[in-house]
Amino acid sequence: MNSSMNSLITTVTDSVTTALATTKPLFLWLSGATLGLLVVATLIGAVLAHRVRTPAGHDTVRNLNARIRSWWVMVALFAAAMLLGSVVTLVLFALLSYLALREFITLTPTRRGDHAGLFLSFFVVVPLQYWLVGIGWYGLFSIFIPVYVFMALPSLSVLGADTTDFLTRTAKAQWGVMLAVYCTSHAPALLWLDIPGYELPGALLLLYLMTVAQLSDVFQYVFGKLWGRTRLSPGISPSKTVEGLVGGGLTAVAIGTGLHVITPFTPLQAAGMSLVIVTAGFFGGFVLSAMKRDLGVKDWGTMIEGHGGVLDRLDSVVFSAPLFFHLTRYWFT
Amino acid sequence: MTRLFQPVLRHGLLGLTRLLVGARASWEGSAPADVPRIYFANHTSHLDTLAVMAALPSELRARTHPVAALDYWGGSALRRAVAAGCLNALLVDRTGKATAEVMDAMAAVLESGQSLILFPEGTRGDGTVAPFKSGLYHLARRVPSAELVPVFIENLHRVMPKGMPLLVPLICTMRFGAPLPPVEGEDKAAFLERARGALVSLSRSKSHSDSQPTGQRTAQ
Repeated sequence: MNSSMNSLITTVTDSVTTALATTKPLFLWLSGATLGLLVVATLIGAVLAHRVRTPAGHDTVRNLNARIRSWWVMVALFAAAMLLGSVVTLVLFALLSYLALREFITLTPTRRGDHAGLFLSFFVVVPLQYWLVGIGWYGLFSIFIPVYVFMALPSLSVLGADTTDFLTRTAKAQWGVMLAVYCTSHAPALLWLDIPGYELPGALLLLYLMTVAQLSDVFQYVFGKLWGRTRLSPGISPSKTVEGLVGGGLTAVAIGTGLHVITPFTPLQAAGMSLVIVTAGFFGGFVLSAMKRDLGVKDWGTMIEGHGGVLDRLDSVVFSAPLFFHLTRYWFT
Repeated sequence: MTRLFQPVLRHGLLGLTRLLVGARASWEGSAPADVPRIYFANHTSHLDTLAVMAALPSELRARTHPVAALDYWGGSALRRAVAAGCLNALLVDRTGKATAEVMDAMAAVLESGQSLILFPEGTRGDGTVAPFKSGLYHLARRVPSAELVPVFIENLHRVMPKGMPLLVPLICTMRFGAPLPPVEGEDKAAFLERARGALVSLSRSKSHSDSQPTGQRTAQ
């Protein structure tokens, strides 16, 4: 009894020490790189603030500095959640889903008959979806919203006996829940993937997805501002340029390939995965921009200084998270 | 015990309000300032008072008193504790029995250098602004030094429509407009219509939401 207890403790201690020994340098290295990037960005922003002269330049630099300040907060929040464990990460993403859904529904016309369905979307669908992710019930969390909620929302609305804009209202509520809750929940679901031969914590896969998707956005913005000439689609997203997309996208793929050390992928596989994340992220941002034009707004919200709303910051993750999750699950588990 | 409990309850309530409806302040024509003011707002739901209080900067919030209906907020011990204890509310009888006392109490707050929040429609609307009751006029005449600041509460009628027990979280903005300039010799009807007009024009404010669903579209 005592000896088996002792050997159990030794085994546990050994595995924890091994895990720490393998993750710690990586984690420190990544935190150092992120911190360095933020410090450099902050310094560049401060220098630019002193050097610009034109009013348009002032606006650009002010927006740039607001973005950098918000990045500090977002990185700190994300790092805290990852260090505090998978449940805290899950709660953080559930909160982001709630806030993103709130932004989406705020800009969408709703009528009295939609009230019950929307109430359930916020207070039942969001917690239930993340609970299913948290207990690792893949079979249900992957169909809960596309099957059950898909039918429940119009069924509840139809009880209101109001046919005005019925299809439009139903479709918008379904899109809101799919984007803000279903797609987003696939990012923390990476923590529950059981990949044979992959000893590092699943949080690093989430970190990989977020890093590649967000750096792709940042570098597309930087490349676009510096060398952008050819507008991609002025009618949808005036700031997107071909030069920005290609330069920023390739830079993010290069970084994603280099980061293969924190993933179960070979460098070539990591390059492919990064390309998927960057492409899906680009289309996510592009599709959500088209929706914003349709609704007649510039940003989804005002919560994050310089970035707009939560959905403005998550738009690239929304499309890439389910793809990255399913590709990894299909080929690596 | 209550001394300890009230700040906790107040911060909890204001935090919950922000989590549910955002309660973002948009100062469009006036700036936050510690001068006696009558903030007059459209009445959309039971959350109005909390939402306007949550939008005010904390140093002004401590010196601002929402005027709340005694029949609702005095209805139970809990509601009374929330209204009077946490929100510094001035509970008034809106049945018309004690008009003089109500006016005295409101004037006393303004004369002490503090501010009031009033809902001159008297009843909850559906996103449109109903005609004003005359209390605002009498109060403005009695304390002419107080600034009259219109506050348009955007979207909150969609959060909790009248007769709906459920709540849908949406981002609501409090638009603080320019103070109403005094007009010499204006009669009651003209004053009330001008004050209401100030709220209505704030509701059409162009800042970012000209495509946002209008009251009419979302009302019923």
